[in-house]
Amino acid sequence: MYRYDEFDERFVRERVAQFTDQVTRRLDGSLTEDEFKPLRLKNGVYLQLHAYMLRIAIPYGTLNSRQLRQLALIGEKYDRGYGHFTTRQNLQFNWPKLRDVPEILGLLADVEMHCIQTSGNCIRNVTADHFAGVAQEEIEDPRPTAELIRQWSSAHPEFSYLPRKFKIAVTGAEADRAVIKAHDIGLRLRRHPDTHETCYEVSVGGGLGRTPMIGKVVRDYLPKKDLLAYLEAIMRVYNLEGRRDNKYKARVKILVHEIGAEEFTRRVEAEFAQLDGPSINADPEEVARIAAYFAPPRYETLPAISNTLEAARATNPAFARWVEVNTAPHKAPGYTALTVSLKPIGQAPGDATSAQMRLVADLAERYSFDELRVTHAQNLVLPHVRQRDLFAIWQKLGEAGLASANIGLVTDIISCPGLDYCALATARSIPIAQAIQQRFADEARQREIGPLGIKISGCINACGHHHVGHIGILGLEKRGIESYQITLGGDATENAAIGEILGPGLTAEEVPDAVERIVAVYLTERSEAESFIDTIRRIGLGPFKAAFQEVTRAAA
Amino acid sequence: MPLLDRNGSREDRWTRSEGAAIGNIPAALVPWEALTEALEALAPAQQIGVILPNSVPFAALAPFLPQLSLVAIAFPAYADGRGFSLARQIRRADFTGEIRASGPLIADQFAYALSCGFDTIELPEASAARQPVPQWLHARESFSATYQRGYEATERNILDQRRAAKAAGRLAAERA
Repeated sequence: MYRYDEFDERFVRERVAQFTDQVTRRLDGSLTEDEFKPLRLKNGVYLQLHAYMLRIAIPYGTLNSRQLRQLALIGEKYDRGYGHFTTRQNLQFNWPKLRDVPEILGLLADVEMHCIQTSGNCIRNVTADHFAGVAQEEIEDPRPTAELIRQWSSAHPEFSYLPRKFKIAVTGAEADRAVIKAHDIGLRLRRHPDTHETCYEVSVGGGLGRTPMIGKVVRDYLPKKDLLAYLEAIMRVYNLEGRRDNKYKARVKILVHEIGAEEFTRRVEAEFAQLDGPSINADPEEVARIAAYFAPPRYETLPAISNTLEAARATNPAFARWVEVNTAPHKAPGYTALTVSLKPIGQAPGDATSAQMRLVADLAERYSFDELRVTHAQNLVLPHVRQRDLFAIWQKLGEAGLASANIGLVTDIISCPGLDYCALATARSIPIAQAIQQRFADEARQREIGPLGIKISGCINACGHHHVGHIGILGLEKRGIESYQITLGGDATENAAIGEILGPGLTAEEVPDAVERIVAVYLTERSEAESFIDTIRRIGLGPFKAAFQEVTRAAA
Repeated sequence: MPLLDRNGSREDRWTRSEGAAIGNIPAALVPWEALTEALEALAPAQQIGVILPNSVPFAALAPFLPQLSLVAIAFPAYADGRGFSLARQIRRADFTGEIRASGPLIADQFAYALSCGFDTIELPEASAARQPVPQWLHARESFSATYQRGYEATERNILDQRRAAKAAGRLAAERA
């Protein structure tokens, strides 16, 4: 993975000093609260319901064991012994004191980490496929691109005061695990059919929030060398023309929608044509320097199937189920990409205690070339595990309550913190997730249902990605009572789709019943081995709406 | 109103006109709406500058640039960053006059403004009173080098520095 050189190191240290100075100037009155607010946001410091929240950047979700141990230490020393992994592959601490923030930033800088641009109206921390460099169907590793963008977007002189936040995601695989179509810019590495050169497909204007939109392709094949100039062109058009009269209409998706994708593309291309690429783009040597950090680790030569693993699977059904659900194919024979579930039944999705972080860090160091990933689904990944080590890992995870076999299943719920923590929330999300988990706790039943993504947001801002959940749940407040709106048919993958509303809002207690009825319709209607989302695509929403009405009738 | 350039406080030699009435003001700063009319009255020795709302597209300003000595881009709020992009576009058109950011900016934007092509910052009295000049000069130096090419001199750009270091390394290796 990427390591800081002297320039990166100095930059992050200078950022800590700058923020420390900004806090001082706020305290002595040089800056008003209004002036200070965007400055603290650009450094990930939020004012939450009960306390300050600090959001730490985990660029493209990549960590090493030393970094995760440092996060564990910070959680213990400055928080309540745990942290919360987010849908943008970041980590949030919910209880730090403002006066401790500069010290925390120093500890982060010690392990090449920071909170730069994890909030605010700027280019946010860039995200990527959590199986980058590992996935079998990958065309090219997206991480060098993501790192180049991380550097380029840091303290950008022109694009730090945008109309609204701006999120970029990158994938290099056919299967989209980075939800690129729901980002302001989504980049997909692909090969040009004629030249066979790797290029970017560039999508702009995706986003969730109160006006969900799927990104539109503005360039089919952007040569890799032109990336930064092309991004500059997009950002300049947006910075100048994005709406600033209404913060709910200020994202680039609204601009793209209002003037049309064709006109937006024309403006970007016109701006791009005026730019002198070579003076803006990173030169090939720099791109190669970054890419070299992401060279594959030295894999052992192993048989494609491990006999040790097969023997353990044959004798231990619980282990076999976990392997089946939580591992993904790996480029290197004999290896697997293991997802560690942070969704044990009844826990807040994405939470990990400091002790759990240390355990996973130890496992990464011992079994996964010291590498870890955070997924947008709020789980952790050990990306390079020998198949024969899986049993030992499973046993250790089990002791820490981290061996849930539920990746991609109905209990692997994405949820925002909701009204339990967030000042913007209109309803609780975590208790809803927990109630659904309890209802579907039986592992055999979960496997019988198969892949099903439930995503919960506690307000219209959609941090829990409910629009792209197979089942989406949005918590609202109606006349002082929480009301949950259910959507169906959303998809966060390369077949990205926005879910449709099934019917009137439900009370918190009714939500598990509704999910149960939706699942029952699926189980009745599915043809052999057909997944939940495929069944919806085939039969439409009709049968689900009918079942949903029974829930609302029963309640009336 | 207090004025700053990269070295600190500076006298303002520009005078705001009432609409297009530039009379014999030696350096007259006119509102955008009055620019066409004011230019018609411009005497040979007179200099003219324009106060540009940040919603005016660059294409509308471009035809006037050869006659202008100053473009003062309005920042209605410090968080409205359109002016940064406008300044870039004006500099790209080889404008050699002064570009000024006019509005309630904060010291933390000083380096950004200079990088985007601004020469001066014109502050409302209240902003300037809270943020004395040394704060601006200190904030200007927050980062010794940055990542974006084309905004700063190469010795303050990290990518260019890496390239230079590599080239120097190669040269040393050849000599050895």
